[in-house]
Amino acid sequence: MSQPVTLTVNGKANEVSCGATTTLLTVLRDTLALTGSKRGCNQGVCGACTVLVDGAPMRACLTLAVNTEGQSITTIEGLPEGGDLKPIQQAIIDSDAVQCGFCTSGMILTAHEFLQRNSNPSIDDIRTALSGNICRCSGYRKIVDAVALAASRGGA
Amino acid sequence: MDGLEFNGVGSSPHRLEIMEKVTGAAEYIADLSRPNMLHAAITQSTVAHAKILGYDLSDALSVPGVVCILTGEDFPDGRMGAFIKDEHAIAKDKIRYFGEPVAVVAAETEGIAREAAKRVIVKYEELPAILSPEEGLAEGAAIIHEELDDYIKVFPAISSGNMASYTELNEGDLEAGFAQADLIVEGTYETAPQAHLAIEPCGALADIDKQGRVTLWSANQSVFRVQANVCESLKMPMGKLRCLTPRVGGGFGNKMEPHIQPLVVQMCQATKRPVKMILNREEDFECVRARHPFKVRCKTGVKKDGTIVAREVEVLLDCGAFGDDSPGVLGYSLLMCLGPYRIPNSKAHGKLVYTNKLRFGAFRGFGNPQVAFAGETQLDQIAEKLGMDPLDLRQKNLIQPGDPWFGGGKVASNGLQECVDKARAASDWDNRKSRTAPKGKRRGTGVALAAHISGLLGTGAIIRVFEDGSVALNTGAVDIGQGSDTVLSQMCAEALKIPLEKVSLASPDTDGSPYNWGTTASRVTYTTGRAVVGAAAEVEKQLKEHAAQMLECSEMDLELRPGGIVGVSGSDKEVSFHQISLRAHWAAGGPIVGHHTWVFNQPTVDPKRAVCSGIPFPQVGVFSFGCLIVDTLTDEASGKTEVVEAWSAVDVGRAINPSSVEGQIVGGFVQGMGFALTEEMVWDGPKLANPTLLDYKVPTTLDTPYNIHSIIVEAAEPDGPFGAKGAGEIGLVPVPAAIANAIADAIGGHVHSLPMKPEKVLNKMLEIEDAT
Repeated sequence: MSQPVTLTVNGKANEVSCGATTTLLTVLRDTLALTGSKRGCNQGVCGACTVLVDGAPMRACLTLAVNTEGQSITTIEGLPEGGDLKPIQQAIIDSDAVQCGFCTSGMILTAHEFLQRNSNPSIDDIRTALSGNICRCSGYRKIVDAVALAASRGGA
Repeated sequence: MDGLEFNGVGSSPHRLEIMEKVTGAAEYIADLSRPNMLHAAITQSTVAHAKILGYDLSDALSVPGVVCILTGEDFPDGRMGAFIKDEHAIAKDKIRYFGEPVAVVAAETEGIAREAAKRVIVKYEELPAILSPEEGLAEGAAIIHEELDDYIKVFPAISSGNMASYTELNEGDLEAGFAQADLIVEGTYETAPQAHLAIEPCGALADIDKQGRVTLWSANQSVFRVQANVCESLKMPMGKLRCLTPRVGGGFGNKMEPHIQPLVVQMCQATKRPVKMILNREEDFECVRARHPFKVRCKTGVKKDGTIVAREVEVLLDCGAFGDDSPGVLGYSLLMCLGPYRIPNSKAHGKLVYTNKLRFGAFRGFGNPQVAFAGETQLDQIAEKLGMDPLDLRQKNLIQPGDPWFGGGKVASNGLQECVDKARAASDWDNRKSRTAPKGKRRGTGVALAAHISGLLGTGAIIRVFEDGSVALNTGAVDIGQGSDTVLSQMCAEALKIPLEKVSLASPDTDGSPYNWGTTASRVTYTTGRAVVGAAAEVEKQLKEHAAQMLECSEMDLELRPGGIVGVSGSDKEVSFHQISLRAHWAAGGPIVGHHTWVFNQPTVDPKRAVCSGIPFPQVGVFSFGCLIVDTLTDEASGKTEVVEAWSAVDVGRAINPSSVEGQIVGGFVQGMGFALTEEMVWDGPKLANPTLLDYKVPTTLDTPYNIHSIIVEAAEPDGPFGAKGAGEIGLVPVPAAIANAIADAIGGHVHSLPMKPEKVLNKMLEIEDAT
């Protein structure tokens, strides 16, 4: 049984039809064509599907779309403001912290939210904050450095 | 020219595609779609070894929205395989492992396809399942490939029964070598199957045009291997299939050979509609491929002073159900099993045995980390018995510049000594015993050395000069995330002395790109780089031919000047690439196109030095070297080990993009650390028990030390592009061995099997305690 649901994604209200078990990730990717959120494990482990729901990082693959009605959803596509990259995005570029890029969207959203809460993190704080996002390419070093760089620049 | 100014060789410009990757705009296979597209799903077998008696599709076909179901009966009798052509596109007549695709369903949505796929009924007659190489070799064992003798093999394979391949290398006189030894140490070592776990699961999308020609996009490491595998298994002419690639979300070997591409192409041809299939994580675990579990018997003889005089290595490999890259892994592991040491009398031999498991195949390191785990831990065991420092023992036996490799292959550049010296100094190895451990922990420091090749097979590059004087570079090499698009473009920019932004890179396309065997074997920088340099030289020659006529001088007097200019030496007379290219396009000579293709042709074996049989690679590659030192803490109560710090010195010939080389060293280290400590695919009978990220543990940030030091050593390869050789795998190769040696340093004994999980280490500690 499908029902109409209004989801506010990146500041825009979208009326979509989804079933009771349809995940937010499926709606974002298949209905709204916002494919920056990735499906790595569909089990809430890898973190590649991380989006912000009312500002908090959530696993879109484990989040039922109907439960997000009335909340504000931010995906990687909606992160830049007025076309400008967020400081964490620029820091990821400047630190060469991307290889294949499949985990990058989730990493950026996780780190962005973390930096808003903690503007002066230690390396261990950063390692803890990113521990729910798996990267198989980089060995994490440059990603951790990127988050530290964004913090040192005073941004998120 | 200053390479740094133009983002040429030796600088670290950001990835060409970086902006799309940080904004979520990069498109991977799961992000693509076509109008009127069908979605496909597979039905997987629920037995490991069986004859297929028939299918009942009625229930599956009754699901609304199902368009087509294909089974083995609907596929031609073509067989694919990199070394042994033993694999159909789908199970046909017979099931060979639990989880093997037995049917493909296409439907209007993925949900419908998956629902219907569950309802496909296959009638089986079960056969005894062979779940280990030993069972496969046992007398009277059920035969997995009855037609093995008739299969096409691309190398002189020695195979029979369930033995897919036997390989042997001999140098010197083994018996005489052991007879000279004052000490002989022998041990067996085992490694676990490791999942590649690229975060992007495998997938493919095919579309068909009005002439019946198919275009195929897929997650892959070589559009050309995709084309060859699909065409072989479906008996298609190669000209009927065009293979392309979107961005690829990691590979590590998993995407080099086929996964579901043939299934998607066959469904596309059957339905005449675009068809897309993306595996879920469990399917990706169960039916793509994984790193071979190895059993290694290693025996080494040394003199009292530490000089190694003989070594014998025997390996037993689980092939899984299909040959895939396994014969190559067997042969390569034997070629590398002496490590980077002078060992005059050696024998390496091993068997590759079919079992009823998913195929094992290429995985970063290609058998080398497994034999390095055996050989390098055994060296530490020898050092302990001789009362020598482990690094001093290695130092005494290092392969020296000018020495050939095991089998007689030429080693042109050798930066091993510098790797050892730099890692030793950076890690303060000689003061390691002064490091202390917190209460309840034991501290260990371990070392391992490694060598690895970069090379293999054919590759090419085409460079065209546009009318505006900028260039298009087309190599057919797939960037799987490691950064080769940027590195190859840097080389092109450097060779032509133009800014990086004047090079536009073509995406691999079997219609338009020159052949490239693949992104594998640490080969793209070295082999494709050489092709790029060769093509650039051809472009330079043509530019100078034009310039000589335009400037009325001899070609000999012309030089490339930074910024896309050809000038007369010692004069200010010059013309730009733009001016030359306009002339070439509109007036004389024709548009400028430079190309270069080549195949790696340096012999692996010198028959005057070595006696070998069953060698899969007659021409293997040039050599990179590494020295890794790790500092660990092992918990006395749980046995859990954490790596505190690591120093990885790697000889890459020349770092074209140093930041990307660091990415390879650190990324390889962490993937090797997972292999060493936590990662293990576990079977419950015939069924993989942990095909999920919840149950299969890859390192997270908290499992990974921050201080992984990349030490880049540059011993230029004489024929390498700007001296470069491969960097992709070498950083992983010594990791399990170095960690094993660190744990042994901490607890007083070696664990002989991977992964070195807490319980294994704890048991070892208890065993040592009991013995004392």
